Amino acid sequence: MRGRRCTPQMLDESFESRSATVEGMDEIINEFLVESYESLDRLDGDLLALEDAPDDRDRLASIFRTVHTIKGTSGFLALPKLERVAHVGENLLVPLRDGELRLNQEIADSLLEMVDAIRQILSSLEASGDEGGDDFATLVERLQNALHAEAAAEDASAETKSATEEDAGDDAIEPEQVAEAADVADESATPPETPTPAVAPEAKKENTPAAKAATKPASSGSEGSERSQSVADSTVRIDVCLLDRLMNLVGELVLARNQIVQFSSSAEDAAMIAASQRLNLVTTELQEGVMKTRMQPIRNAWNKLPRVVRDLSLSCGKKVDVQMEGADTELDKTILEAIKDPLTHIVRNSVDHGIEAPDVRVEAGKPETGVLLLRAFHEGGQVNIEIVDDGGGISSERVRAKAVEKGMVTPEQADSMTDRELTNLILLPGFSTAQQVTNVSGRGVGMDVVKTNIERIGGTLEIQSKPGNGTTLRIKIPLTLAIVPALIVTTGGEKYAIPQVSLLELVRLDGQRANDEIEHIHDVPVHRLRGNLLPLVYLDEQLGLRSPRQRHEPRESVNIVVLQAEDRQFGLVVDSITDTQEIVVKPLGQHLKAISAYAGATIMGDGTVSLILDVIGIAQKSSVLAEHRDRSLKNDRAAAATATEDTESLLLIDSAQGTRAAIRLSSVARLEEFAVSDIEQTGQSHVVQYRGQILPLISMDGHFGGFDSDPSQPTESIHTVVYNHNGESVGVVVGKIVDIVRHANSVSEESSGRSVIQQRVTEMVDLESLVSRSLASQGAW
Amino acid sequence: MQTENVSSGGTKQSSGTNQSNRELKSYCTFRVDDLLFGVEVREVQEVIRSHPTTSIPLAPALVSGLMNLRGQIVSALDLRHALGLPSEENTDLMNVVIRSSEGPISLLVNEIGDVVEVEDTRYEPLPETLQSEQRELLRGAFKLDDRLLLILDTARVTRVAA
Repeated sequence: MRGRRCTPQMLDESFESRSATVEGMDEIINEFLVESYESLDRLDGDLLALEDAPDDRDRLASIFRTVHTIKGTSGFLALPKLERVAHVGENLLVPLRDGELRLNQEIADSLLEMVDAIRQILSSLEASGDEGGDDFATLVERLQNALHAEAAAEDASAETKSATEEDAGDDAIEPEQVAEAADVADESATPPETPTPAVAPEAKKENTPAAKAATKPASSGSEGSERSQSVADSTVRIDVCLLDRLMNLVGELVLARNQIVQFSSSAEDAAMIAASQRLNLVTTELQEGVMKTRMQPIRNAWNKLPRVVRDLSLSCGKKVDVQMEGADTELDKTILEAIKDPLTHIVRNSVDHGIEAPDVRVEAGKPETGVLLLRAFHEGGQVNIEIVDDGGGISSERVRAKAVEKGMVTPEQADSMTDRELTNLILLPGFSTAQQVTNVSGRGVGMDVVKTNIERIGGTLEIQSKPGNGTTLRIKIPLTLAIVPALIVTTGGEKYAIPQVSLLELVRLDGQRANDEIEHIHDVPVHRLRGNLLPLVYLDEQLGLRSPRQRHEPRESVNIVVLQAEDRQFGLVVDSITDTQEIVVKPLGQHLKAISAYAGATIMGDGTVSLILDVIGIAQKSSVLAEHRDRSLKNDRAAAATATEDTESLLLIDSAQGTRAAIRLSSVARLEEFAVSDIEQTGQSHVVQYRGQILPLISMDGHFGGFDSDPSQPTESIHTVVYNHNGESVGVVVGKIVDIVRHANSVSEESSGRSVIQQRVTEMVDLESLVSRSLASQGAW
Repeated sequence: MQTENVSSGGTKQSSGTNQSNRELKSYCTFRVDDLLFGVEVREVQEVIRSHPTTSIPLAPALVSGLMNLRGQIVSALDLRHALGLPSEENTDLMNVVIRSSEGPISLLVNEIGDVVEVEDTRYEPLPETLQSEQRELLRGAFKLDDRLLLILDTARVTRVAA
C-alpha cells in the first residue's frame, strides 16, 4: 500500500458516509452477535450436561429454544448459511426434545460441531461482515443423516408423529419470532407495522436471549423461563466501555481526593476538614462500588474448560471428570481475560500429561475416571486459583533426567535439588517430559509462557506434585490491576512509578558510603546488601538519559530501590525517592507498547503524566534477567552457592573445657547422643556401635566425656556430631551443643579461624581437616 | 461533536457556492512550517493550546511526549519529524487532537487555521515527483484559490508512529 496513488474516486469511496439504514442494520447484527455468543457458551455447557443425563427434557427444550432463536434471527437478517446450519440442528433437536430420539455420543458430536460451525460463521460475520466461504455441507449432511438414520428405525406412525410435532413446535414459538422482529425493528428506528404490538415493548425491555425465550408462552421448560425472567428483571446490560470510563473517572476522583485531603490537612477551617473527610469516605466507597461492577465470577473463564477437557480426553482415550469449586469467586474483568489462555493451557496439560489412561489408573488402584478440580477462593486480597488433578503427578526422576539431558542443570546440581525445585523446573522454557509429543502438548513450549503471562498481571504460579497422587497448580493473582499502590521516584527530572508488588526495600548510601559500598566487578556496579551481592542498575542509564557511569566517577548519595524480578533481586538506582501513592494504571498507545521498560502510564496528583516502570522489562533490558533463562538457572544456582558462603548456618558448641567453637552446619550429617557405657576401645581409637556399623569417635580436645576425663563432672552421655568423611561416618565428640545461628563471615575471620558470635570469641572448626588429622594420627584406615 | 472547539476563525467557503449535489467537505486546516495541511473535520476531536507533556525516554523520535487530556493519556506526535521537516525550537506548539482507532492522538502544529469547505472538483492526487517520505502521509491536495491544502492521511500518521 506504500505510495498508493489516490484518485478522486477512491477518495469518494472512503468519504462515503453510510446511510442510516445500513448503520441500523449494523447495530442489529452486533446485538445479534453478542446475544448469540452468550447463548453458544451456554449451549456448550448444556450439551455436555446432556451427555450425563440424556433425558433431561428441560435442558433439551432450552437448547432447542436457543438454536431456534438463532435460526429465526438469522433468517430475518438474511444469513442463509447460518440459517441452514441452525435449521438442520433444530430439526435434529425436535425428536430429541420430544423423547423420540435418545442422545448418543454421535449426535452430541454433531451438535457440538454445529455449535462450532455457528460460532465460526458468527466470527466471520463479526470480522468481515459476511458469512464466510465454508458452507458446512458435510456437517449439514451429517446432521440430517443422524436424524434420518434414527427416523428410519422408527415405525411409520412415529415418523408422522415426529413430523407433526415438529410443526407444532414451530407454531409454538411463532410469537417469539414476532417479538424478535418487533425488537429488531424498533432498534433500527424504522418502525414497521407490528402485528402484535402488545409483545413488542416487553421484548425490547428484556434483551437477554433467555428473557426472550421466556416471553414465549410455550409450555415446555416453564421452570427455566421463570428463573430467567427474575434474572432479567434484576440486571441491566452495560457496555464495558462505559464501565471503563467510570473506572477512569473514579481513578481521577481518587487523585483529586488525595490532593484535597492533603490541602485540608493544613487547613484550620473545621467545616472544610469535615467536608474533605466526607469526600474521602464517599470516594473510597464509590471506588469500591465501581470496582465491583467490573468484577465477574471466574465461572466466565471456566465455562469453556469442560468442553476443552471433553474433546481432549476423548482424543487421548482418557476419562476425565471436571469439578468446580468456588466458581462464583469474582475478579476484575481484565484479569479474567488475561488468565483465560493460561488456564486453558494448564488444563490441557493436566489432562494430557497429568491424568493417566484408564487402564493405568485401574492398575494403580484408582477409579477409572480421573478428576480435574478447579478451585478458586479469595485469600488476603488475592485470588487463588488451583487446578488439581489426581493423575500420576510429576515424576521428579524424569524431570531430573530431562533437565540434565537438555543441559539445563549439571548432574551434580540435579542431584542436590529438592523435589520441589525439580518440579518447578518444568516452568522453564523448552521443557517437556511428555514421552510422546502429541498435538496437544509436549512440544516444550507452554508452561514458561503460562508463567510469564501470569507474572505479567502480577500473579505467581506454583506447582506441587505428589508422585502417584496428582499435581496441584496454584495461581495467585491480584484482585484488580486498575488501581495499584506504587512508589514514585524521580530520575532525570521526571517522575516514574514503580508498582509496589515488586518492591522489596529502599537503601540509601550517603556521602562517603556511596563511594565505598558500591563495588565493581569489571564495570558492573554491585552493592553488598547483608552479605549478598546486589547488582545495581542505574535508571537514567537504562532510559538512555545519560551515558554509562565510569568506574571511578565520584558519587554523591545514592538511592537504591531493591526490586524483585522473577526469582532475581536487583537494585535500581534513582535520583530521589518521592512518595508512595495509589496510582491508576492506564495503558500506553500502540507506538509505545514496544518499549519494554514501561508497563503503562498514570496521572499524578498535579495532573502531569508519569510513566510506570515495568520491573521485569527493565531487568531484562539491563540483563539482570538473562535472555536465555535456562542458562540463568545455572547462574542462579551458582549465585545461591556463593550466597550461602557469605552467610551460613553454624552449630555452636562448647568443648569440655568451656571454649566456644562453631562448626558449619552444612558439613554436619547428624547429631547423636551416645551413652558413655556404649563407648568401646579398639587399640588407640574409641568406637561406638551405630546403626549396625562401627563408628570411630574422635574428640576435639582429646576428651571423651566422663569416659576418661574430669571425674568431678561425671557424664552419662556424650554429644556427637556425625560427619561423613570419604563416605565413612565419623563421630566427633563435643562438649555441649549450644545453638544454631546464621552468621555472615568475612575474609578476615576466615583466615584467623576465629570469629565473634553472640559476643563470644568462637573458634571456627574445620571438621574435615580435624578428622583427617586425627585419623592420620591414629593410623586408622 | 466537538467541532465547535475547532472553528476559531469561523467557517468560510473557499469558492463560489455551488448549489449542485456535489458534496462539500469541511477540513480543519493548520500550518506546519510553511505548509498548509488539512484533516477532515469529523476526524478531529478538538484543538487545544500548547499543553505540558511528559517526555518518554527510549520512545521513537516521532512521539514527542504524553499529555493529560482531561484524565485521558494522549500521545503527542511531532508532525515536523513525521514529514521530514527540519526540527525547530518552538515550545509554543498547538495540539490538533484527532480520533484514531487507538483513541485520541495529538498532532503538534505551528498554527491553527480556519475550517474550510472545499468541493471535490478541486481535488488532485499528489504529483509523482513528491518525495516518498511525505507522500506516504498525504492523501492528496486541494487547489485553493491562493494556495494548496495538503490532506493528511491520519490513519497513516498514527500507523507510522506505531
